[in-house]
Amino acid sequence: MEADLSQDDCKRLVSYRTMIRFTLLPRSEKPPSLLLVAQLRSLPPPNAECNDCVLLVCRLPGRRRRGKTKKCSISPLPPPPGFSSYNGGGMNGTSTMMDFLEEPLPGVGTYEDFNTIDWVREKSRDRDRHREITSRSKESTWALIHSVSDAFSGWLLMLLIGLLAGSLAGLIDISAHWMTDLKEGVCLAGFWFNHEHCCWKSNTTFTDRDKCPEWKSWSQLILGHGEGAFAYILNYFMYVIWALLFSLLAVLLVKGFAPYACGSGIPEIKTILSGFIIRGYLGKWTLIIKTITLVLAVSSGLSLGKEGPLVHVACCCGNILCHLFTKYRKNEAKRREVLSAAAAAGVSVAFGAPIGGVLFSLEEVSYYFPLKTLWRSFFAALVAAFTLRSINPFGNSRLVLFYVEFHMPWHLLELVPFILLGIFGGLWGAFFIRSNIAWCRRRKTTKLGKYPVLEVFVVTAITAVLAFPNEYTRMSTSELISELFNDCGILDSSKLCEYVNDFNSTKGDDLPDRAAGPGVYTAMWQLALALIMKVFITIFTFGMKVPSGLFIPSMAVGAIAGRLLGVAMEQLAYYHHDWAIFSGWCSQGADCITPGLYAMVGAAACLGGVTRMTVSLVVIMFELTGGLEYIVPLMAAAMTSKWVADAIGREGIYDAHIRLNGYPFLEAKEEFSHKTLAMDVMRPRRSDPPLTVITQDSMTVEDVETIINETTYSGYPVVVSRESQRLVGFVLRRDLIISIENARKKQDGIVSTSIIYFTDHSPPLPPSSPSMLKLRSILDLSPFTVTDQTPMEIVVDIFRKLGLRQCLVTHNGKLLGIITKKDVLKHIAQLANQDPDSILFN
Amino acid sequence: MSAGRRPPPRPLSSEGREGAEILYPGCEFLFPQASMMFAQCTWKCASSVLLIVLLCCVLSPPAQASKCSEDIRCKCICPPYRNISGRIYNKNVSQKDCNCLHVVEPMPVPGNDVEAYCLLCECKYEERSTTTIKVIIIIYLSVVGALLLYMAFLVLVDPLIRKPDAYTQPLHNEEENEDARSLATALTPSGPRANTVLERVEGAQQRWKRQVQEQRKTVFDRHKMLS
Repeated sequence: MEADLSQDDCKRLVSYRTMIRFTLLPRSEKPPSLLLVAQLRSLPPPNAECNDCVLLVCRLPGRRRRGKTKKCSISPLPPPPGFSSYNGGGMNGTSTMMDFLEEPLPGVGTYEDFNTIDWVREKSRDRDRHREITSRSKESTWALIHSVSDAFSGWLLMLLIGLLAGSLAGLIDISAHWMTDLKEGVCLAGFWFNHEHCCWKSNTTFTDRDKCPEWKSWSQLILGHGEGAFAYILNYFMYVIWALLFSLLAVLLVKGFAPYACGSGIPEIKTILSGFIIRGYLGKWTLIIKTITLVLAVSSGLSLGKEGPLVHVACCCGNILCHLFTKYRKNEAKRREVLSAAAAAGVSVAFGAPIGGVLFSLEEVSYYFPLKTLWRSFFAALVAAFTLRSINPFGNSRLVLFYVEFHMPWHLLELVPFILLGIFGGLWGAFFIRSNIAWCRRRKTTKLGKYPVLEVFVVTAITAVLAFPNEYTRMSTSELISELFNDCGILDSSKLCEYVNDFNSTKGDDLPDRAAGPGVYTAMWQLALALIMKVFITIFTFGMKVPSGLFIPSMAVGAIAGRLLGVAMEQLAYYHHDWAIFSGWCSQGADCITPGLYAMVGAAACLGGVTRMTVSLVVIMFELTGGLEYIVPLMAAAMTSKWVADAIGREGIYDAHIRLNGYPFLEAKEEFSHKTLAMDVMRPRRSDPPLTVITQDSMTVEDVETIINETTYSGYPVVVSRESQRLVGFVLRRDLIISIENARKKQDGIVSTSIIYFTDHSPPLPPSSPSMLKLRSILDLSPFTVTDQTPMEIVVDIFRKLGLRQCLVTHNGKLLGIITKKDVLKHIAQLANQDPDSILFN
Repeated sequence: MSAGRRPPPRPLSSEGREGAEILYPGCEFLFPQASMMFAQCTWKCASSVLLIVLLCCVLSPPAQASKCSEDIRCKCICPPYRNISGRIYNKNVSQKDCNCLHVVEPMPVPGNDVEAYCLLCECKYEERSTTTIKVIIIIYLSVVGALLLYMAFLVLVDPLIRKPDAYTQPLHNEEENEDARSLATALTPSGPRANTVLERVEGAQQRWKRQVQEQRKTVFDRHKMLS
C-alpha cells in the first residue's frame, strides 16, 4: 500500500471530512491500512477540490469507539522547506483550518474555575467554525439546513430565554405578592389569593377599601375579631413570626443547596461577562434556589428588592439554555453575548422596561457588546416583557406594581428642588456605598461572617419589629413606592391624600393645590421615620446571604425623600402663593405642584447615586411612568446625583463590591494615566529566574510534565529553541495536561522519553527512539505580543478592548516575558496605592 | 524523573462514560460533550421537557380562562358628591361597557346630575387569571416543600443509611491539591463505574454535593466571593 492516494480519493476524502476525525501524522511514518482505504474507495464521488493531499493513518484505538466508522485524516502536504521558517507561516489558511477540523479532545479549549477566558482565541474559534459551516453549506442540502439552523439558533435561544425569564418573573411576582400578604392574613375563598384578589368580587366601601369578608387577618382568624390591643399584638406577633420563618427558610436553602444564590449577583455577572469563569454560578441549582429564595426574601419584608437577583435569574436561564446549542455551549465568548442579552431580559421583566433593560445591559453590565448583541438583547427583552405581560401578575395589565400615569406640566423653577433631590441622591448613594462596603468588609474579615444564618435572623427580627408599627414600612416596598409615586386624586383614600377638600369647587380631575389635612401631617412624620429606618437597615441588609437587590430600597429612600419635599413645596406654594417666585405660575386655585413627580425624581436620584447609572436609569424611569414630559427633571436629577456621588467616591456600588471581593475585572470606564512601560509590569521581574518556556521540538514528555508540576502558571510560551528564544506560540497548561494525559492512555508508544513537538512535521530522529507526540493542535499560533518599550496605557487599552488573557513581551524579536490580565490589575491597584494582593484567584 | 514527584492527575475512570455513550447513543448524539454523563444528560432532556411543560402551564391558562366570568371586573370609584358619600361599584361587564353609566346602578343622583356625578367617577377594567394564580402558587409551594423534604433527607436520613467510608471520602478528597482535583473532576465526571440508574443518580448526587461543599467553602468560609 502507498501512503499517497490518487487525486480522486483525495477529493472524496475532502468532501467527507465531516465524518473523518483528523489526526495528523507525517507521511513517512506509517502506511494506511488496507481496510481503511477500501472503505474510503466505496464513498460516492464528491465535487470538492483537493491538491496535494496525503492520506494518513488514524491512530484512534478501536476499543474506545466501538462500532463506529474508523476515522482517518488528510492534510495538505507540508510546505516546501524554507517557506515555513517561522513555523508554519501564516496563522490562517489551510493549516489552521485543518487544525480546527481535528476534533478536539474533550476538555481542550475549556477553562478552569476562577480563570479568565481569552476573548481573542474564543472569537477566532467561532470565526473558524462559522467559516467551516458556510463553506460546507454548499455541498449538500443537509449541510445547508444545518447552516441555516446555526444562524437561526441565536434568535431561537433569545426567544427561549425571554419566555423562561418572563415566566419566572411572573412566578416570582405572583408568589411574592401572595406571601407578603400572608404575613397579615389569609384568604378564606382560596388560600392562593392575595389580599387584593381575595377582595376581587366583593363590594367594598369607599372608606375601608381593604376590608372584605373573605380576607381574614390572623387576629380575626384566631380571636374572631380584629379590634383591640390584643388583636394588634397578635397580628404583630404573627407578622414577625412569618418574616422570621421566610428569611430563615431562605438562608437555609441558600446555605444548603446553592451558596452562590445569595446577594444581588450583578457584580459577579459583570465579572463573568468581562471574561471570568465561576463554575456553578449560573447553574441550574443556583437558578432554582435563587428563584425560590428570592420570593421568600422579598416577602419576609426585609429591605431588599427583586430586581438585581432577577438579572441573575435571567442570566442563569441564558446559561442553561446555552447548553441546548453547540454554538454557544462550546464557546465562552459567544456564551457571554447571550448572557448580556439575558441580563437585558432580566431588567426588562424587573421593571417592565424593555428598552431600559437593553440600555442597562449596555451601560452597566456588559463588557463586550457588539451591535448584534444589541439587537438580540432587544428581542430577548421584548419577548420577556411580552411573556410577563401575558401572565399579568398584578392584574393591572402592567409589568410593575408602581406604574404611574400622570401628565401634569412642570415649571422651570421646579428644577431647583429637583436638583436638590439629585444632591440628596448623590449624598445618600455615596454614604450608602461607604457604609455598606465598610460593613461588608467587616463581615468578610471578622467573626461576623461565620454566622450567616444568625445574621439574617437578627436583621429580619429587627426589621420586622421596627416595620410593623409604621404602616409605610409594614407594606411591601413596591407598594410603598407605588403609593408615593401616585398623584393624589379626589378618589384616593390613603392618609397621604387626606387634604382639606372643598368639593363644591372641584371640577373633574383638575384639583387645585389644597391645604394638607391632619392625615397628611401624620403621614409625613411616619414617612420621615420610615426614611430613617430604610436608610440604615438597607446598609446592613445588602450583602446578607439571601438574594437581595438594591434597586427597590434605594428607590424607596429617594421616593420618600422626594415625596416629603414635594408635599413641603406644595404647602409652601399653597400658603405663600403671593411670593414672587410663585406668582407667575402658581396662583391661588391652580394645580402647580405634583408631589408624586418629586417622589419619582427622588427615586431616580437615589438609584443613580448608588449605581451611577444615567441613561438607562432615565429610560427605565420614563418607561415606568409612560410619560415623556419628565425626562428633563429625571435627567437633571440623575446627572446631579452622579456628579455629587462621584465627587465623594468614584465607584458605584457594583464596582465597589467587585473590588471588595477582588474579582479580576478590568474597569473600562477609568483611564490609565501612569507612565510605566510593559517591561515594568511583565513577569519575570529583573531579579526573578527566567521565563519558563517550552521548546517546539526538543522537549520530552517528562520534561514538560516536570515543568507542569513545578510551576503553577496557566500557560507556557513555546519557542524555537532556548538559545534563540524566538517565539512560536502559546500553549495553555490545561490543554497540555489533558493532551499528554490522553496521549499516554490512548496513543501507542508514548512514554516519558517521547519527544513533544509543536511543528508542522516531526523533527528527524534516530529510528530507535520512541514515537513522538504532536501537539500542534493545542498550540495557539497567534499569541498577542508587544515590545518591552510599549507604554502601559497602550497595553491596558489592548487588554480592555480585545479582552486578552495574556500578552507576551518581546525584545528584538526575542521572547522576554509575559503580562497577564492579573498582572495588569495588580499594577493598576499598586499605582492606586491599594494592596495588589487584594486581587484574588491567583 | 525524581522519585517523589506526584504523578500527573489521572482520571479515575473513563469506562463509566463509555458505558453511558454506548447505552444511550441518542443522548450522546444530542449532547456530545464528553464531560456530561448519563445522569446529567437525562437531567437536561428532562429539564427541557419540564421547561416546555412549565411554559405551557403558565402561558395557556390566560388564553383559556380570560373569558371566565369571575376573572374580569369593572370597578368604578365614585367620590363623595354633595351629600352622597363615596362608593365603590364593582360589576362584571365587558371592557366596552366599563363606564360609569353602565356600572353605577342604581344611580344615586337624579337624571340631570348624572353627568356631573359620572365625571368624578373613575372606572377601571381589570382582568386576572385565577387558574394562573392557583397553578403558580401550588407549583411554588410544592417546589419549596420538595426542597425542604430533600434537605431534611440530606441532614437526617442520609448520614444514617450511608456507609461511613463513603461518607468521609469527599472530605478526604479535599485535603488534596486543589488544582489537581479540579482538573481530575473536569476529566472524570463519571466517577466510579455505575451500572444501575440508582447508582448513577447516586454518583451524580455525590458530585453535586461536592460542588455545593466547594461553593460553601468559597462563600462562607474563605469569603472569597459574595461577601
